[in-house]
Amino acid sequence: MVKLTIDGKAVEVEAGSTILDAAKKVGINIPTLCHMEMKDMCIENKPAGCRICVVEVEGRRNLAPSCATAVSEGMVVKTNTIRVLNARRVVMELILSDHPADCLVCAKNGNCDLQSMAQRLDVTEIRYAGVQSTYREDFSPSIIRDMDKCIMCRRCETMCNEVQTVGALSGVNRGFEAVVAPAFEQDLEKSVCTYCGQCVAVCPTGALTEVNNTNRVIAALANPKKKVVVQVAPAVRAALGEEFGLEPGTLVTGKMVAALRNLGFDSVFDTDFAADLTIMEEGTELLDRLTKHLNGEKTHLPILTSCCPAWVNFFEKQFPEFKDIPSTARSPQQMFGSIAKTYYADKIGVDRSDLIVVSIMPCLAKKYECQRDEFKVEGNPDVDFALTTRELGGLIKRANIDFNSLADEDFDKPLGESTGAGVIFGVTGGVIEAAVRTAYEVYTKKTLKSVDFTELRGMEGIRHATVDFDGLELNIGIAHGLGNARELLESIRRGENKFHAIEIMSCPGGCIGGGGQPWHHGKQDVLKARAKAIYAEDVGKTIRKSHENPYIIKLYEEFLGQPMSDKAHHLLHTNYFDREVKFEVKK
Amino acid sequence: MEGNITIKLQQKSIDKIKEICAAFDNDSGELINVLHKTQEHFGYLPAEVQELVASELNCSVAKVYGVVTFYSFFTMIPKGEFPISVCTGTACYVRGADKVVEEIVKELGIKVGETTADGKFSLSCLRCVGACGLAPVVMVGDRTYGRVAPEKVKEILAEYK
Ligand code: SF4
Ligand code: SF4
Ligand code: SF4
Ligand code: FES
Repeated sequence: MVKLTIDGKAVEVEAGSTILDAAKKVGINIPTLCHMEMKDMCIENKPAGCRICVVEVEGRRNLAPSCATAVSEGMVVKTNTIRVLNARRVVMELILSDHPADCLVCAKNGNCDLQSMAQRLDVTEIRYAGVQSTYREDFSPSIIRDMDKCIMCRRCETMCNEVQTVGALSGVNRGFEAVVAPAFEQDLEKSVCTYCGQCVAVCPTGALTEVNNTNRVIAALANPKKKVVVQVAPAVRAALGEEFGLEPGTLVTGKMVAALRNLGFDSVFDTDFAADLTIMEEGTELLDRLTKHLNGEKTHLPILTSCCPAWVNFFEKQFPEFKDIPSTARSPQQMFGSIAKTYYADKIGVDRSDLIVVSIMPCLAKKYECQRDEFKVEGNPDVDFALTTRELGGLIKRANIDFNSLADEDFDKPLGESTGAGVIFGVTGGVIEAAVRTAYEVYTKKTLKSVDFTELRGMEGIRHATVDFDGLELNIGIAHGLGNARELLESIRRGENKFHAIEIMSCPGGCIGGGGQPWHHGKQDVLKARAKAIYAEDVGKTIRKSHENPYIIKLYEEFLGQPMSDKAHHLLHTNYFDREVKFEVKK
Repeated sequence: MEGNITIKLQQKSIDKIKEICAAFDNDSGELINVLHKTQEHFGYLPAEVQELVASELNCSVAKVYGVVTFYSFFTMIPKGEFPISVCTGTACYVRGADKVVEEIVKELGIKVGETTADGKFSLSCLRCVGACGLAPVVMVGDRTYGRVAPEKVKEILAEYK
């Protein structure tokens, strides 16, 4: 342990701690900008680049960045001397000197760390007039890059390279020209980017934002010729409340449904219904492969889950040799769209071209996913628009709906009925737990005593557990964050795999930590609170196993026949493509 | 599907790059050294070469590109037969080096850092070359021209055409 004083307060911390950590321990909150740390998710960005966090250390001539300076015995630190305050202000003014000050019309307005830091440091004028940078904006199906607003904190690089190991972004050029960009400063769309959105989730400014589809949804709602239905992903209900000042982890399912109905959607449905459907298909596929394997037939094990579109992009672009291992089941978003524009459209007698399907997702990759050609019928997409949780929050505010005072309402039938298994799709470990609940009962023909497989839960990056299927030991792997997924894939590549099934979600924490969720500002407790809320929603459901959802049973009886039937294959499954960067040898 | 970048390198270039990478144990920590050797061999580092280096060292192309653009020593464009350098140190700048650069840009139709389509000229700017008495200074290959006025640019270029 090391003893030091900060602003006159004595503090004792472990050797190797930073001044920033030590200060936190005695309730001193030194301002930071580039620094970000989410310990339990192994996320750390510490470039010591912005110098907002400087402090005075007795005996040292220069001010020290507290986020990157280790404590030492007897150190005397001052965090708020005139010299420090002046230095912070000058640094801030310099950062702002080439920053476009268009806060009023910036997507990040009110949620920007740069803006709130300028406010906190009481910056009311910028004494240094700098040349404004003018990089071209880059539009992709999911993400917009506006590098004029980049402050080179490098958080996005850390997420993309170290956490996700995708390697789409890197700091390029130097000095005034420096930005974060894909290789050869190409468009994100042409890079290895997966659209996981984790760079967007941590960007402190408006440099990285989502493609906003709110206006197109408003136009659809205003069109009397169109029927507009909406589906909401599981993770949304555990986070939307944050947009309205509620504590992270507050479940707002009922209010959310009421708000959507208020906005004028003709029917408010639940992606959880489609998650139950996913389990029917994916669970059957798992058992099918398992039986083949046990009979000594050739098959692909482990089966990998396929409900995360960023994960699909990841293996298509970086592990194309594995494209036959993931389940062919479409994601819940796309299963919903497909059923809505066939079964449901028929039921209400509307042509698919007059039915607009909107989805509310915690995710940026879903915006890209719904534009994939495989999910269109004669050019008409199964899902027309995907909005993020944040965009829905904005839309509700715009429509002056007083969210917090809404009375709870229920989802519509038939595509709004779901089970606890569907809900837990929103959190790491949830998809495989839901699959196990169903696969166990189908395989053993016995009823589970407890549906809670707590061994599959948690926040560790890679987890494994063995589930006893009545004598058959099923080895299950779970990874969240693409860096962890890569580790598992590489162990398979080396032939060390011992798993029958692996669940992968691209975002740390699963979809609750998705790139489209309310900003977490680097606080991991926010993600944990959301995960807790998801499990609470599961417990609160009367039905907690997908195969017991009465509307799913009815859907198979009336329309699909059996799981993995020809019709189910056609409407609910997909295939994957090799999209790797290729080296063509010219002789 | 979209997203595929197809690169075309001669087999013997591919072998050479692989050989250089192998000499550094395909260690991504040696990226700068690998790029240095590679540029020594090819004279410049086009995109195709960077992609192959990335795949050999098992690091991202974005990272390789980041390093190439960070160090002004590395270049992605082959130098022209007659590389033109304009000193833009303080003395030269004050005496109108920027106007000279402008004139060359106009004459050759290329930007700073580019090479003409016929491979004849390339243009770059240099920090002070220590010939301030002659400001503004322009160098073409090994030859140095002093007190260059924008009007003289045409004449100088004509010598090499
Ligand atoms: S969306 Fe994900 S993969 Fe794409 S640049 Fe951002 S962090 Fe990297
Ligand atoms: S794009 Fe955002 S996260 Fe990335 S370096 Fe710039 S400001 Fe930081
Ligand atoms: S984990 Fe969820 S939110 Fe994140 S990319 Fe995958 S589907 Fe989207
Ligand atoms: S927060 Fe410490 S240098 Fe940026």
